[in-house]
Amino acid sequence: MTATLPQTETQAESRELTYSEAIREALAEAMTADDRVFMLGEDVGVYGGAFGVSGDLVHRFGKERIRDTPISELGIVGAAVGAALAGMRPIVEIQFSDFTCQAMDQIVNQAAKIHFMLGGAVSVPMVLRTPLGSGTGAAAQHSQSLEAWFAHVPGLKVVMPSTVSEVKGLLLAAIDDPNPVVFLEHKLLYRTKGHVPAGADRVPLGRSVVRREGADLTIVATGIMVSRSLEAAARLADEGIEATVVDPVTLTPLDEAPILDAVRRTGRVMLVQEAPGHVGFMSEIAARIAGSSALYSLEAPIKRLCGLDAPMPYAPALEAAMVPQLDDIVVAGRALATQEA
Amino acid sequence: MQTVVTEVQTRESDITAIAHQPPVQDGVPAAPSTDPATARAALGTMWRIRRFEEAVDDLFARGLMHGTMHLSIGQEASATGVCLALRERDAITSTHRGHGHCIAQGADLTRMMAELLAKETGYCRGRGGSMHIADVATGNLGANGIVGGGIPIAAGAALAYKMRGEDRVVASFFGDGATNEGAFHEGLNLAAIWDLPVVFVCENNKYGMSFSTEFSMAVPHVADRAAAYGMPGVTVDGNDLDAVHAVAAEAVDRARNGGGPTLIEAETYRWKGHSKSDKNLYRTREEIAEWRERDPIVAFETKVTESGLLTAADITAARDEATDAIKAAVREANSGTDADPGDLLDAVFAPVDAAPLASSPNQDVTR
Ligand SMILES: Cc1ncc(C[n+]2csc(CCOP(=O)(O)OP(=O)(O)O)c2C)c(N)n1
Ligand SMILES: [Mg+2]
Repeated sequence: MTATLPQTETQAESRELTYSEAIREALAEAMTADDRVFMLGEDVGVYGGAFGVSGDLVHRFGKERIRDTPISELGIVGAAVGAALAGMRPIVEIQFSDFTCQAMDQIVNQAAKIHFMLGGAVSVPMVLRTPLGSGTGAAAQHSQSLEAWFAHVPGLKVVMPSTVSEVKGLLLAAIDDPNPVVFLEHKLLYRTKGHVPAGADRVPLGRSVVRREGADLTIVATGIMVSRSLEAAARLADEGIEATVVDPVTLTPLDEAPILDAVRRTGRVMLVQEAPGHVGFMSEIAARIAGSSALYSLEAPIKRLCGLDAPMPYAPALEAAMVPQLDDIVVAGRALATQEA
Repeated sequence: MQTVVTEVQTRESDITAIAHQPPVQDGVPAAPSTDPATARAALGTMWRIRRFEEAVDDLFARGLMHGTMHLSIGQEASATGVCLALRERDAITSTHRGHGHCIAQGADLTRMMAELLAKETGYCRGRGGSMHIADVATGNLGANGIVGGGIPIAAGAALAYKMRGEDRVVASFFGDGATNEGAFHEGLNLAAIWDLPVVFVCENNKYGMSFSTEFSMAVPHVADRAAAYGMPGVTVDGNDLDAVHAVAAEAVDRARNGGGPTLIEAETYRWKGHSKSDKNLYRTREEIAEWRERDPIVAFETKVTESGLLTAADITAARDEATDAIKAAVREANSGTDADPGDLLDAVFAPVDAAPLASSPNQDVTR
């Protein structure tokens, strides 16, 4: 849809950036390449965004395109839907994903459905970027992981970028996409560093990534649980237990084949997410496994390791106890790998 | 019932200041500067708010407090003036910037501080933190992490009072930024069409995070928006304790007597950043300095000493008592037990077979 972005002389290089910087670079490149792209949200202008993601963009692209809004989430998303219908490529930042609750009508009843309801006559090419997750002591109304809600709504694409090196390319792909894309950024990732390609290479949506291969068990993880699971896998490897780690990256549309293949190869699977387990995204993964021939390869029941079914508490010790930590993954992985059939 | 009720000693100084009830004339609590005792109590409240938040700021800076917090330093008069216009058994809803409302409504400083320090002995057993403190016993239906979240809740509580024929009033605090949320529109409209006893108190501190009211709304005053709901709207100097009290008292009285809701806009300013991550890029040093000159506490102190209501010694005593009370609160709160991950799941649902919670806002709670 969008013209190919201009190639810079540093195309082939990759530099070390933070997750936030990589997102900012994608935003800047998309806005440079395509006049239709603009961004709107609370405090994205001179404040630079609540998590500093938009940073200096307002000085580079001006207040029209890095548009500060009143505290009006429903209005913001509705305006993006309208602008998208009218030929623009809006990128919305909702300050905390918890506040998508205010905007749910526009996300669920409007953005997600318009293309289908209108028989495919129009589409809603917009991206809704928003930080999710716990670990900051912000308690119950600022720490949720609501990805399953969005993934449950046909018509929305849902991405949970878990690495610095892919987040830029995924965001560029999301901006290109003719559909509404919910782009869920974990707060604890913003300051993490990684190598980011300098060019405008897209990372296609809808591809699961095998992040590590091992024969003894498969760990499927999303968001912040990807790096935590990789760390756990390294620890398990020291004990002689080799884990495959698969990261779906895009929850909708889900690329299930790499997950099912890994389960077939390893015969044991652990599903790790930060969100509460009850009716969570990993329940869907469990159902996909159970509903496929991968079921016959299982040597142990499917293990889910999820957040507890409670609102996020404030006290640091309680907050940590709410979601799977490194040790929890190691312990559960070890137990699963050694469990008798 | 799972709720842990902890007995916390209230200090001498708290008792004098909080226990003093202003004289009531024609059903309306008297203005802060009516008599020495009332003035002294009001000043004490403002100082306790200021000292509490300074302590929180300091604990944060030293890494002894976790999470996030929003300070209302500079806005003490609006919380104090409005809560002084309420009677016992009236209620408030509060905001993310709610320490002042909580203290003005008579909350226990130790339990507040304990909550911020993530203690089991805190108001929410360490589950809530700064943004979620509630104290139903003093009619505080809760701070809120969601901008505008308390506004429809206030309307609902007032609806309950009205349906039960009780002459209770709800004051709902929120910021200028909240008035751009759908919840503001819906909550005010419901209160207006149902003639609910609510006083909507917008603490207009000129910014919603970084966004100035100059850009966030196209009318000069938040109070102008009242016309859209057919309710009175009034703008007041939010740093003038007596002025805030006067408009609040009038609105509370009207609400209590079936006259329906009012929108009050108290113009004030937050001295500190929005929260800990604020670099103040959206406002000038000069603007901050200008408003610091209009310190609501100093203004009230000047007024009451000039009028001879309080002596310089009274003023020093009010400040020192607040300082001591906060120090004691920090000390006591620190000695409380930490919240325990072991019983993290015990309060997700209320037990089905238990009697309705004593703290439920549905119940007829007296202070
Ligand atoms: C629904 C929602 N949107 C955004 C936020 C993030 N946020 C918290 S406080 C705040 C500013 C609120 O401004 P205002 O209502 O004027 O209150 P003030 O902070 O000035 O006291 C914002 C944007 C939030 N907590 N909830
Ligand atoms: Mg404000």
